[in-house]
Amino acid sequence: MLYRENGQFKTSYVADQQMLPIRQDQVFMIALVVIAFAVVPFVASDYLIRAILVPFLILSLAALGLNLLTGYCGQVSIGHGAFMAVGAYAAYNIATRLPDLNILIVLVLAGLAAALVGMLFGIPSLRIKGLYLAVATLAAQFFFDWVFARVKWFTNYSPSGSVSVPDIALFGLVLNTPQEKYLFVLAIVALFALVAKNLVRGHVGRSWMAIRDMDVAAEVIGIRPMAAKLSAFAISSFYVGVAGALWGFIHLGSWEPLAFSINLSLNLLFMIIIGGLGSILGSFFGAAFIIVLPIVLNQLPAALGIPISTAMVSHLEFMIFGALIVFFLIVEPHGLARLWAIGKEKLRLWPFPH
Amino acid sequence: MNKLMRNWPVIALGVLLAAGLVAPLATGASPAGFYVEVLLGGLMTGVLYSLVALGFVLIFKASGVFNFAQGAMVLFAALAVARMAEVMPWWLAALLAIGIMVVLAWVIERVVLRPLVNQEAIALLMATLGVTYFLDGFGQTVWGSDIYEINLGIAKEPVMVLDGIFQGGILVNKEDVVAAVAAAALVAALALFFQKTPTGRALRAVADDHQAAQSIGIPLNRIWVIVWSVAGVVALVAGVIWGSKLGVQFSISQVALKALPVVILGGFTSVPGAIIGGLIIGVGEKMAEVFLGPVLVKAFDLAGGGIENWFAYMLALLFLLVRPEGLFGEKHIDRV
Amino acid sequence: MQHARKIGEPILSVEGVSLSFGGVRALQEVSFDVREHEIRAIIGPNGAGKSSMLNVINGVYHPQEGKITYAGKVRQHVDPHEAAARGIARTFQSLALFKGMSVLDNIMTGRNLKMRSNLLFQALRLGPALKEEIEHRAAVERIIDFLEIQPYRKTPVGRLPYGLQKRVDLARALALEPRVLLLDEPMAGMNLEEKQDMCRFILDVNDQFGTTIVLIEHDMGVVMDISDRVVVLDYGRKIADGTPDEVRNNQAVIDAYLGVAH
Repeated sequence: MLYRENGQFKTSYVADQQMLPIRQDQVFMIALVVIAFAVVPFVASDYLIRAILVPFLILSLAALGLNLLTGYCGQVSIGHGAFMAVGAYAAYNIATRLPDLNILIVLVLAGLAAALVGMLFGIPSLRIKGLYLAVATLAAQFFFDWVFARVKWFTNYSPSGSVSVPDIALFGLVLNTPQEKYLFVLAIVALFALVAKNLVRGHVGRSWMAIRDMDVAAEVIGIRPMAAKLSAFAISSFYVGVAGALWGFIHLGSWEPLAFSINLSLNLLFMIIIGGLGSILGSFFGAAFIIVLPIVLNQLPAALGIPISTAMVSHLEFMIFGALIVFFLIVEPHGLARLWAIGKEKLRLWPFPH
Repeated sequence: MNKLMRNWPVIALGVLLAAGLVAPLATGASPAGFYVEVLLGGLMTGVLYSLVALGFVLIFKASGVFNFAQGAMVLFAALAVARMAEVMPWWLAALLAIGIMVVLAWVIERVVLRPLVNQEAIALLMATLGVTYFLDGFGQTVWGSDIYEINLGIAKEPVMVLDGIFQGGILVNKEDVVAAVAAAALVAALALFFQKTPTGRALRAVADDHQAAQSIGIPLNRIWVIVWSVAGVVALVAGVIWGSKLGVQFSISQVALKALPVVILGGFTSVPGAIIGGLIIGVGEKMAEVFLGPVLVKAFDLAGGGIENWFAYMLALLFLLVRPEGLFGEKHIDRV
Repeated sequence: MQHARKIGEPILSVEGVSLSFGGVRALQEVSFDVREHEIRAIIGPNGAGKSSMLNVINGVYHPQEGKITYAGKVRQHVDPHEAAARGIARTFQSLALFKGMSVLDNIMTGRNLKMRSNLLFQALRLGPALKEEIEHRAAVERIIDFLEIQPYRKTPVGRLPYGLQKRVDLARALALEPRVLLLDEPMAGMNLEEKQDMCRFILDVNDQFGTTIVLIEHDMGVVMDISDRVVVLDYGRKIADGTPDEVRNNQAVIDAYLGVAH
């Protein structure tokens, strides 16, 4: 009864092509945004914000970036950790060498650096696909692991190889408290998510999906594969670069080169598989899952009174990830996002059976 | 002449690699004996890579599935042998481990492959990625996460040979020789298996065309179990040799992933390709690390070496650009 | 065949086209032309090279020999998206629809060539980008009306029955507003009613938009009914070229279809 489209007729194409055509969805989204911006900063504990909400938001952004490339455009990448690293190190270098630059500009420049690198390593996608492309992206991952560990300029000649970020100043205000950082990240992620939704609804997004579904047919109707693939790599890497910069600056504060290793890349891939390939919402679900699972695994056995060592928790995590990947691929390849959509469909009928 | 001109990128790459290979010797930057040692070391590592890659190729040939989990299988098998050998002679442990790998193959086929049989390659790749993670966690739960040793009873000290020809002689590891011999024997056995036995023929038929093979009565599921078991055995051999040399510890990245560039070079469907690709990668890596590394460190003021972490992948990337089907693979034609 | 527009000069011609895959010779020195506004059928037994011929015309395959003349320009071979940009659209024998998208989105991809708004405007969905989306949505809706698939516009393409999928394939090709439309067995797998509908659509496209149509078809009744001229291929060679009546009575054609050794 609650979730019905009854009476909601669209009389113009603009109305029909809205992001959230169903009124209940619009209400829900507005409520969510209001709660996220206005309620959470006052209600949530510092720990919740610092350890859960902020990493969730940043990883969602990174997952979103990867989803644009892999979920919407069908180009597999297991090297996205490297592009996050490029964003992070670019931001670090720019911020340290040009200390008066506004953080927003630093982020945009970091994103652009990552976008350029992404496009470079995306060039092979014009000739190779699928798992061949995945191996090419691995080259990026390991190469940049090495570059940021060995080329001393990037770490500002730090003897240990680690870097620490300077204070973040936004229009004169220094971001100190967790709440300030949270709102900053939230605003950025919300904007980027909106932009992503617009892009996938537009002709760029359709060209990506056409390439994903059948690239020969896409070419035949006039889509240039090079333009579509490189734009996907560029935009995806931009998102991921900004996420990397945020990860380093806001979440980590200081990091060593291995912070952006292959494990991160694989985690991103898991996020979008479990969350839902080709779904903006799915990226958020996947990130939430990856953040929440270790916490649950840590707390649950203790709560149930079963003692498990931390090493065992980590093994369990791996086993559950692996099992879930296989499970989702078999049962619901479109991930949690599809389960959510199915739930909504059922809700449309509720309480009637059909 | 035409063919030569059309293939110029491949030839250019080949010339570049060959130049890199002989440079240390030609420029006199390294004494001959040392050079041969590094070369041999590279070849030996290459043999190990080849063995892991062999498992990949077998599974891909027969089922078109790219088994990301091959490396995890290697480690799982090695760990099984290592831990069981603590309470029984190593050959018994190995036999039991073979049994375990067969069971594992059967489970994977039933639980993962069969439900996904009509999905695209990407889905299968990601499924094997899931299997990798699962095996990682499961393996460490069952066998433990420390470094374990495999003792095959082979002397560990290197032996000095050929000190008449090269000044100072060359250090050769007996283990490495055993590894090379074992690998050669394995390849020969597999070649015989594929060419001469009915099951081998069935496997080749399945590799060519699943549906056609099914329609002449070849039981697809059973074939896949066989293939995965054989791959498991290959993984076991690789794991035991590797483990004996370096000790066994579960670590997801390096082992499995290194085999990927090998199959890129060699071609996904070629057994000789896996061998040659492995050797090229092994030698290339070692040479790059030992001879190219110091040059780069000096030139760019780097904080140390580590070239071998990415050299293989960059080489694979170059190959993908000039010859995506690898040295011995089949060219893929898209019919519309 | 009566036409609303008079059949004009040759708009497309292939000369001496030969195509091989490895050892298989798909086409051998095939030459014919297609006049503007006509409906040209390509027929022949299975494996004759008909689909390969279409693939050569719009650039999916590059022939080893021969040239293709289209709208005055002579080429050794073209790129598919160049062909599309110059007004050649096609459908596929084994539907090449984008399974992950709805009917509406599939047809909208056909408008891609005409959508020029830049990335920034798309990102914010303002001004030129929004205007373009609406404009092209209107154009696509006209095609949807024309092919009578209105109830299915939001359905994911993979869920539609085969006959409707073929209509979506046609719609997507029409979205390019092509001068030449290459149809690869548009009526394969259809029942009588669906075939009649499809015939009607093809004739309407030719009538209303003046689109030149090159059509591969196995149903002789359809071919004889709607085409102006016919090319017959067999084992990659052209064995007849003329009006339906001329071709129907050609001995070589009859032999080819009856499988007489030659």
